[in-house]
Amino acid sequence: MTTQTLTAHYDPAVQGFTGLATMTMIRAFESRMPLLSEEGLIRGSTHPSVGMEAVATGVSLALGPRDTIASNHRGHAHCLARGSDPGRTMAEILGRVDGYGQGKGGSMHIGVKELGIIGTNGIVGAGIGLATGAALAAKQQGSDAVAVVYFGDGASNQGVLGEAFNLCAIWNLAVVFVCENNHYAQSASIEEMVAQPDLSQRGTAYGVKSVNVNGMHLDAVYEAAAEAVARGRAGDGPTLIVADTYRYLGHMAGDTEIYRSADEVQEWKDKDPIGYLARALEQQGVLTAGQFAQLEADAARVVAEAEAFARNSPYPEEFRAGTDVYEETV
Amino acid sequence: MGIATATTSAAAVPATSAARPAKPMALWRALNTALHDILEDTPEAFLLGEDITTWGTGGGIYGVTKKLADDFGRGRVMDTPISEEVLISAAVGAAMQGCRPILEIMYSDFTFLGFDGIINQAAKARYMFGGQFDVPFVLRTNGGSGIGKAGQHSQSLETLFAHIPGLEVVVPATAGDAYGLLRTAVASNNPTIFLEHKNLYNDRGPVSFEPIPFGVARIARHGTDLTIVATQQMLKRSLEAAEVLQEQHDLSAEVIDPRTLFPFDMQTVITSVKKTRHLVVAHEAVRDYGWGAEFVAQVVEEAWNDLDAPPRRLGGLRTPIPYSEVLENAVIPSANQIVATALATRRDRQHV
Ligand SMILES: Cc1ncc(C[n+]2csc(CCOP(=O)(O)OP(=O)(O)O)c2C)c(N)n1
Repeated sequence: MTTQTLTAHYDPAVQGFTGLATMTMIRAFESRMPLLSEEGLIRGSTHPSVGMEAVATGVSLALGPRDTIASNHRGHAHCLARGSDPGRTMAEILGRVDGYGQGKGGSMHIGVKELGIIGTNGIVGAGIGLATGAALAAKQQGSDAVAVVYFGDGASNQGVLGEAFNLCAIWNLAVVFVCENNHYAQSASIEEMVAQPDLSQRGTAYGVKSVNVNGMHLDAVYEAAAEAVARGRAGDGPTLIVADTYRYLGHMAGDTEIYRSADEVQEWKDKDPIGYLARALEQQGVLTAGQFAQLEADAARVVAEAEAFARNSPYPEEFRAGTDVYEETV
Repeated sequence: MGIATATTSAAAVPATSAARPAKPMALWRALNTALHDILEDTPEAFLLGEDITTWGTGGGIYGVTKKLADDFGRGRVMDTPISEEVLISAAVGAAMQGCRPILEIMYSDFTFLGFDGIINQAAKARYMFGGQFDVPFVLRTNGGSGIGKAGQHSQSLETLFAHIPGLEVVVPATAGDAYGLLRTAVASNNPTIFLEHKNLYNDRGPVSFEPIPFGVARIARHGTDLTIVATQQMLKRSLEAAEVLQEQHDLSAEVIDPRTLFPFDMQTVITSVKKTRHLVVAHEAVRDYGWGAEFVAQVVEEAWNDLDAPPRRLGGLRTPIPYSEVLENAVIPSANQIVATALATRRDRQHV
């Protein structure tokens, strides 16, 4: 796998700087998850994506307002990078009425219609079919909107992926398949679960243009995504982007992590996507140490405000248990 | 002919590990012990599922497969990719070829990815091929609400499975039943859906290490004034409700746990209703079109003259399971609602 080099498409002062701000905010947001979970504020399970910020951010920077994303169980970053309000996102994770789903969905079921987020999803791989449908809708409607689906290395083993690849390839559907290869599916390592570790070959086998990128590098992700989106818009069909990345925290809050070593985690922390980008931007002369400190302070403030908003939001009233099952015609 | 006649003989279960003194244990541990004993006794049995060897403290999302790979090796306890569709079909195919695969699906909601394997293949293979094939396939999974797992990890699908001809459906509520019914499930030559409840895994109870035959209900509490039929979490709440009915209303409730929804034991229910003349059925699956309707219909058909009041049903609201706690509590019947329904049934009496 080769790391893509900077080209004209990526402007450090634009995507680089904005991306760093977004990634810093996502880091601050996601770092709160285990603590909120310990406090008993998050029910069920929540899956933070600390370490993986460059993927959601790089892809989102390449999208336009009418594009769609379908996400998975590890979806907070996908939503935030797409522009979801941190307060309302956090409120949903805490099960409050001001959450995007009025507290009905929680961490794994966040949808935001106005941002084209057709849902984070508790069913591994389910977003693959949904994004295919969003692209089909765009085609039927004569729109050049593109659909993105985020899924993991684990989800790449779901049968729906092969079916979607073929359908998108024969119909030239504008889907960008973003596989976040963080090397684990819960406790199952990619080495044990995949015989062909170059996941991009799966797309190639179906006639889907496929690329590998360094998922710790925002510039590389952005470049690949911008190209894939352009292809989709031009009617040239789907692209698979396999982003090599890593999650620093457990699969979900409370994970014992007996399946991996602390050394391995540290190795990846040494390749931190935020550290990498900040250093690059400083070298490129578009970021000073002072500005970076300011971005971090801003991120901390935004997340603290989001948390205060979410904590102050009431729990939904009981009557809401029965609403929204069907369209309500009064 | 009633539909509830089939029972699976427990005689096929090897007895080697059965001669042991009874002992209290948590439900998850009872299942873990049952799987251990099965792997020891049944060379054709093997386990497969996602994250069943190295997750948590060493075996699956709720610990049921803990350390089994250490004892039996990865040839018999296999971690799989996230590929429910092929796993379910493959387990069916292996069962048709003489193996006894025990497949863990992490949450019952994920069985939907493999419904072709369950419904079009497993459930019909014996029938369509004129009885040539046994399908000794066990699909273990958990259902139910109560811990905030929300819409795609909390459904109660027992009714859906019970509707399909060819499947056996097991819904253990206690540690002892979990052990005994799992032994029978693996010995059975029919495809069995073994539905655990995620909110009962830590409940403790005595385990006698004996197989328990399918189609034999358990009277969980004896009583004379009213019969309550309930499974799993609703059984627990029904037992609480029965205490309240006794203490506060001087009503003696008989509580019956069907243990298996197919085959199901109507006889025990009808005998009880003949005595108490009142029936309430409580389940966590959505009430409308739920298995409670089947029980009530059969009781009405077979014991109409023994009833003093119309039977009543309690079940989940016709909604997905919501995330937020207030809402989750609102959609599943509480012990208080069971009490209220029991009292309403008594008030409805026609011939006092
Ligand atoms: C259909 C289905 N099977 C299993 C699960 C349980 N599960 C949730 S996340 C997960 C691992 C997913 O791994 P991957 O796709 O690589 O994403 P990652 O968690 O690494 O981001 C599993 C097995 C599920 N939610 N849905």
